Amino acid sequence: MSAFAALLRRDLRLAVRNGGDALMVVAFFIVAGVLFPFGVGAEPAVLARIAPGLVWVMALLSVLLSLDRLFQSDYEDGSLAQILLSPQALVLAVAAKIAAHWLVTAVPLMIATPLLALLLSLDPALLPPLLLGMLLGTPTLAILGAIGAALALGARRGGVLLSLLVLPLYIPVLVFGAGAVGAAASGEPFQAPLMALGAFLLAALALGPWAAAASLRQAAQ
Amino acid sequence: MHRFANPNRFLRLARAVFPWAVGATVAFLGAGLYYALFASPPDYQQGETVRIMYVHVPSAWMAMFVYAAIAAASASALIWKHPLADIFARAASPIGAAFTFLALVTGSLWGKPMWGAWWVWDARLTSVLILFFLYLGHMALLNAFDDPARGQRAAAILALVGVVNLPIIKFSVDWWNTLHQPASVVRMGGPSIHPDMLTPLLLMAAGFTAYFVMTVILRIEAEILARRVRAHRLMQGS
Repeated sequence: MSAFAALLRRDLRLAVRNGGDALMVVAFFIVAGVLFPFGVGAEPAVLARIAPGLVWVMALLSVLLSLDRLFQSDYEDGSLAQILLSPQALVLAVAAKIAAHWLVTAVPLMIATPLLALLLSLDPALLPPLLLGMLLGTPTLAILGAIGAALALGARRGGVLLSLLVLPLYIPVLVFGAGAVGAAASGEPFQAPLMALGAFLLAALALGPWAAAASLRQAAQ
Repeated sequence: MHRFANPNRFLRLARAVFPWAVGATVAFLGAGLYYALFASPPDYQQGETVRIMYVHVPSAWMAMFVYAAIAAASASALIWKHPLADIFARAASPIGAAFTFLALVTGSLWGKPMWGAWWVWDARLTSVLILFFLYLGHMALLNAFDDPARGQRAAAILALVGVVNLPIIKFSVDWWNTLHQPASVVRMGGPSIHPDMLTPLLLMAAGFTAYFVMTVILRIEAEILARRVRAHRLMQGS
């Protein structure tokens, strides 16, 4: 467990010292989201109608964009080989890296979400279901993304490949995440989609780190 | 299983099976098409468009069956390092993708006159579309690395991860009550479809399976021979 904490601390420290990287993802999130008022027209009614889906899609793409660095830098400078050689369970190391990645990318995204929601004229009353959904959904995105990132490690055109691998698996999270906000918007209870998101998260937590560890091991062979 | 890890032994078996697979494909598809197009009645609601079903349903079955077979082969490739399992997964993936594509296209052709739209975001349609993307990802991953063995291992893990989609496809019509009709052949209490329509459907399904066996044998054989050619060239080069 101390190895888990040490790796988590190392990744967080690296992210803080590199500073800008995490903020760039947030900047992408906001800038790409701001394109939509220009594309579909700036009537608040139209924007408010599509805002929950837009925020979710933007969050998904932002997580996707940040994934290629998850293992790549460790792979290039050789620390991944050290992690693989260490006597600690690889699953724990992978879990630590995923947790650090989630803290560094998804948490800033959630902090920036109210701003993007404001720009897209989302009804403020819908923020709680949106943010709760993101809180439950983004860890699943990070875990699924880690599997994809480990699979595509060292591939030619890894970034494009990664999106082809990961985006289909993201669809259920998107459906239920946007569904929770949609249910709240029409005045229905939104617990059921949130529970589905929680179920996805539990399943991903139970199986995902093992799949990602297996893919990492074969990537380093 | 491991008896057939030897490519020569496998090739001998495959060459013995191949003529039977060709014969079964021609016989079943011929009989199935005759029943489907001429000897079965039009539906009382859908009219003649019901005949699209005789291609659509077997392709959808094959799309899922081939994926399950790829996943099983991938598991045995990862666990026992079975060399032919890798070759099978590589050979079957484009065929499965083609079946999935066929299911989507025929469904779309049927949906336009029946539902009034080429595409609806129904749970069954969406999950089959995801299956198609999984096939594309599998094929892309197989060829994404300079070292083919690395691509095979990565694709095998992806195939296993994608298995979660199969029960979703199967039960999507029960969990979400949307446009696509529920199961009518494989269900509790026997098929709810009339025998006149069940006969061509089952014949077509048998024909599609035989076609899959035939093409996958051809592709495996071609892959084994291509590897031999490559090894031979490398030996001559050194």
